[in-house]
Amino acid sequence: MDSDLIVQILFAAVKTGTPLLFIALGEVICEKSGVLNLGQEGMMLMGAVVGFLAAYGTGSAGLGVLAAMIMGCIMSLIFAVLVLHLGANQVATGLALTIFGTGLSAFIGSGVVGQTIQGFQPIAIPLLSDIPFLGRILFSHDILVYTSFAMTFILMFVIYKTRIGLTLTAVGENPHAANAIGIKVLRVRYLAVMFGGVMAGISGAYMSLVYTPMWVENMTAGRGWIALALVVFASWRIGRIMLGAYLFGIASIMHLVLQGLGWSISPNLLAMLPYVATVIVMVIISADKFKEKLLAPRSLGKTFDPRQMA
Amino acid sequence: MKKHNLVSRLELTNITKQYPGCLANDNISLTLMPGEIHALLGENGAGKSTLVKTIYGVVAPDKGDIIWNGKEVSIKSPSIARDLGIGMVFQHFSLFETLTVSQNIELCLSKTQLNEIGDLAERITHLSAEYGLNVKPSRYVHSLSIGERQRVEIMRCLVQSVKLLILDEPTSVLTPQEVSGLFGVLRTLSNEGCSILFISHKLHEVTEICHKATILRGGKVVDTCIPQRETPASIAKMMVGDLAEQDAGYTKKEGTVGVFNVEDLSLAAKQPFGTTLKNLNFELKSGEILGIAGVAGNGQDELMAIISGEDERSVKNSLSLDGSDISDLNAGERRKLGMAYVPEERLGRGAVPDMSLTENTLLTHSQGFIRNGLVDWQSIKGYTSELITKYKVKCHGEFSEAKSLSGGNLQKFIMGREIGQNPKVLICAHPTWGVDVGAALAIHQALLELRDKGAAILLISEDIDELFLLADRMAAVCDGYLSPVVKTETTNIDQIGQWMAGTFIKNTSASDKQEATA
Repeated sequence: MDSDLIVQILFAAVKTGTPLLFIALGEVICEKSGVLNLGQEGMMLMGAVVGFLAAYGTGSAGLGVLAAMIMGCIMSLIFAVLVLHLGANQVATGLALTIFGTGLSAFIGSGVVGQTIQGFQPIAIPLLSDIPFLGRILFSHDILVYTSFAMTFILMFVIYKTRIGLTLTAVGENPHAANAIGIKVLRVRYLAVMFGGVMAGISGAYMSLVYTPMWVENMTAGRGWIALALVVFASWRIGRIMLGAYLFGIASIMHLVLQGLGWSISPNLLAMLPYVATVIVMVIISADKFKEKLLAPRSLGKTFDPRQMA
Repeated sequence: MKKHNLVSRLELTNITKQYPGCLANDNISLTLMPGEIHALLGENGAGKSTLVKTIYGVVAPDKGDIIWNGKEVSIKSPSIARDLGIGMVFQHFSLFETLTVSQNIELCLSKTQLNEIGDLAERITHLSAEYGLNVKPSRYVHSLSIGERQRVEIMRCLVQSVKLLILDEPTSVLTPQEVSGLFGVLRTLSNEGCSILFISHKLHEVTEICHKATILRGGKVVDTCIPQRETPASIAKMMVGDLAEQDAGYTKKEGTVGVFNVEDLSLAAKQPFGTTLKNLNFELKSGEILGIAGVAGNGQDELMAIISGEDERSVKNSLSLDGSDISDLNAGERRKLGMAYVPEERLGRGAVPDMSLTENTLLTHSQGFIRNGLVDWQSIKGYTSELITKYKVKCHGEFSEAKSLSGGNLQKFIMGREIGQNPKVLICAHPTWGVDVGAALAIHQALLELRDKGAAILLISEDIDELFLLADRMAAVCDGYLSPVVKTETTNIDQIGQWMAGTFIKNTSASDKQEATA
């Protein structure tokens, strides 16, 4: 394999990994607050279709991303009201959100199937893009990829270094105790869920504006689910999510690479790789009960109702 | 304390709080002076917790005024309470296990407080030394013992320079040494002018440390007293209303035949901070209560788990019932042979939180209530409501979810359920933990009744007074070793206390070595 091919593979890995990175960053924040939102796929699809429609209508990809963010946020708000305010079961509500988003996105996007638009163009960052290998792999992308880099580092700082991160971790760890010391648990959770929605929206927009600048029904092809697996794979750590996103990115383009090398493996088998990797990581984590305890937010998936505190 | 020249720290007037189906606080008034240690006493469900939660801003009262340092205030949230200088240590600690001590404390502080403090870790170390709390800021809470966690909670209040510290049953989880350490801290605080509101069930502690006491019953203030002028018995009388015999001095009995045997039981710890059981041997006879004393975390949980079958590892021939080895049987099979258990943890182990009391009764009590594979709901409901009446369990009825009961009431229910099976062997841990005086008496009598019927009872408790009251023979555990088993009449608190501290171990390990060399 020559070095040019390696660079191309890694460049493509970053590109395919970016939507996973966006959505998984959103989900990890949501899960750190103790809320499991299985509606990622639905939120992402709605972001993709609304982002595409807005960009198609206005001719501006930037407005498309903005519209997608708003749409993702609206979707997550629906989820938040049902789960946080009305105390609905998180798993069932999340699944419903995915089904809802899948259907609604297909419906509102039916008129523009097959249309194309001018998406974001790559911007080579001066100097940085001239670095051998790395420059082409990391710094010859479009603005959204750079945004995802920035988001990762901002979140790492916020989660591990600030009071906001401490509060978020505390809420996900023990909402009753957090409530007792005066943290507004539901407010923190609302914000975390909405952040997840906005990120899912951007992730959807990345699919329909950059990855393949068009709208096709169900175009996210299960990335919302892969992101859920990715969060577990990364054991709720921001840095590992970035790494995992690119690894999963490589896994999902592996069949193209292998075909290029003349090997024929069913792409369906290779598409399983992210899930297999996640299962293996889960087994490794669970083997040490104590470690697992320290990783997953303890109240994940559990309803918290401050009115029941007596 | 001269009242006339001091503004009261806290004054409550006519606090009333109505919950659906229960008037938790009924026109409660109370005054606390600076530096006063004030006990809040009452049986379970008397309204103590609701009242302190009102002061701490967790519960909003329906009626009544709160006057803080002479000014009327409205405490709408715990953060307002903390800003005023009110700190609270909860009965169930409100710490975050995956965070460090210093992070836990930081979460409770406002930005301005943090700026004032500067280096939080240094401040914690400093206060820790000043009050003898021995709290290291960088440690993760999950690695701390219960006593250490409580000190972290107190530290959390100290860092904010509290003016009123509320403690909800602070000593129920502590060793005697830890209790005296805690009292030292409280006295220092009191001398510095910090008022303390102290909820406890242990009356001798109240008479020892508190300046004043307010007694609640059924949500009302029924009496106030100066504890130093009272005796535990006279306070108990005020609490329950009728004459409760505190130290009834039950007759001791001698067991007849050995029913349950533990032989050469050694077992490695399963949990990272568990205790390894080391060569335990004892015999439990029918018609006796064998009490095992010990400071929490010295192997009691592990012993309980292996005897009940909850710990599924089997140590061949280590446990036998009526002469036959039961170490391979699982918990259900052991129950069928006539063994019953009351675990320490009521919710989650003693009862399923989300299930009704009726369903929880059925869980351990299946014989007789299942006919041809069908559940006889009618009779199990009847039986459950009998249990509720007999043990005075305060709840809405047999359909109440287990988690809706207060700790003490659930304990009464679980004790009743297990005793009601007329077990051959009953293993129970902390039978009256968090239970009020009246109910504890009922539980004691039920245990003695069961003993007199010929059951063998193993009583694991941290409450030495209770062990001396009930047990016919006694032993202590320390670091996974079991002390010699002796008749209660032939020992005293000093000896058991020394055994709890492990003075017997040297001899044991020495004899182990002798055996090994022989």
